[in-house]
Amino acid sequence: MPLIKIRDLHFYRGDKAIFEGVNIDIHRGKITAIMGPSGTGKTTLLRLIGGQLRPDKGTIEVDGQDVHKLSHSELYELRKRMGMLFQSGALLTDINVFENVAFPIREHTQLPESMIRNLVLMKLQAVGLRCARDMMPSELSGGMARRVALARAMTLDPMMIMYDEPFTGQDPISMGTLVNLIHKMNEAMRLTSIIVSHDVVETAEIADFIYLLSGGKVIEKGSSVQLKKSSSQWVQQFMQGLPDGPVPFHYPGVSFSDDLLSPEEIV
Amino acid sequence: MIETIRSLGRWGLNTFERLGRAHIFLFQVLTGIPGLAFRGSLVVQQLFYVGVLSFALILVSGLFVGMVLGLQGYNTLVDFGAEESLGVLVSLSLVRELGPVVAALLFAGRAGSALTAEIGLMKSTEQLSGMEMMAVDPIRRVISPRFLAGFISMPLLAAIFSAVGIFGGFLVGHGLLGVDDGAFWSQMQVKTDWYGDVLNGVIKSVVFGFVVTWIALFEGYDAIPTSEGVGRATTRTVVHSAFAILGLDFVLTALMFGD
Repeated sequence: MPLIKIRDLHFYRGDKAIFEGVNIDIHRGKITAIMGPSGTGKTTLLRLIGGQLRPDKGTIEVDGQDVHKLSHSELYELRKRMGMLFQSGALLTDINVFENVAFPIREHTQLPESMIRNLVLMKLQAVGLRCARDMMPSELSGGMARRVALARAMTLDPMMIMYDEPFTGQDPISMGTLVNLIHKMNEAMRLTSIIVSHDVVETAEIADFIYLLSGGKVIEKGSSVQLKKSSSQWVQQFMQGLPDGPVPFHYPGVSFSDDLLSPEEIV
Repeated sequence: MIETIRSLGRWGLNTFERLGRAHIFLFQVLTGIPGLAFRGSLVVQQLFYVGVLSFALILVSGLFVGMVLGLQGYNTLVDFGAEESLGVLVSLSLVRELGPVVAALLFAGRAGSALTAEIGLMKSTEQLSGMEMMAVDPIRRVISPRFLAGFISMPLLAAIFSAVGIFGGFLVGHGLLGVDDGAFWSQMQVKTDWYGDVLNGVIKSVVFGFVVTWIALFEGYDAIPTSEGVGRATTRTVVHSAFAILGLDFVLTALMFGD
């Protein structure tokens, strides 16, 4: 039985359809990637799974519980078992690295200070930032901030972690570190990971299963090997990063020559 | 014509929807307050940011407003030979009106705008979403302590404003213009009623504190999470707070002092 079961998901922003009948299964212990071009609602999907948004139709079950039928307190109990790594890191800017990682422990447990210290140092050691514990979030690079956020997301030993664009804007060393960390954490802590990304190479390297989203639907699914062999032109364009194809280079509209000759916009 | 009516209708619907959201927000904030009994340090920290850091502004403004009142009041009263009533004029003006109103306007500009910007930026940098996903309710953890701190600080700041203002009036009246100090204080004590004047002023400042902090926090929480959105929300806090303070002041004055 999958850890997350999404069925017939419909979600609209105003009149614009973000999802129209999406079905996704996220299996336990695996790294599942949700990929697609910018603006396809990948982050929205994570917020729907986390119960921060409500679907217009369809269901999302996490560990057998329908997320959107839970009461406020039940949803918060479920979230204690979910970790989320935001694109920005979402670190609290008025406290240092140590306090950021300690934040969920202090909020949810009554552990003594000595134990909190040990737990935080263990998590920071795992992401290689134990010695940066006194730094403020404003002093961290983008990659370091994400590693601190990853340590924080793991503090309560969740059953799953959702990664929102973890590789965007990273230099090659930070990127490699993050790819390695996500992969190792998933194995060592027997997590279930969901990576939302459009960085094809890095994500395909560690993902066990990939869903490709576009136009509010799942276009293709399978392992990275299967997707690379897909006969779909759209999938090939996305996986290979081709500038033109089924997704045109030019935003659709009137032709260039018609636009140039059109008198109505000449002032 | 139809388009005008349509846009008016749209504006009306949006306004009522926003008002509804503001009231739901207030309900959530108030339900989070009992839990703060066990998290006193959160409130104390915010009392420092909201109250103590506004202290210098309130102190200086109160002193100058009182001094101006003393100067202007003396020039009017001296024509009627009633300059010994200067203490009454200064104290009643400050305790009934200027203390709560000016302190609230300054509070909205100093602490209200800071609260909106802080909450708006926390929203735009996903810190509030991050808390939600860590199973920490941001309204209870972030908003309620700030609300309580604003609610407590405002009446205290208004009282300090009035007290310093009266002292400023005395400095000018007695020190500069030669009004008898005994007459200044004794007339003030006789003519300023504890329930009718002081308590009504305190009630006003409590109401202003409640409304200004509510507006400031809601604007931050409801801000569009961009730099422009946060900027606009901060401006709205100051403008809406000013309207609310002045409008409510008229209503409260009519209820308290209107016969």
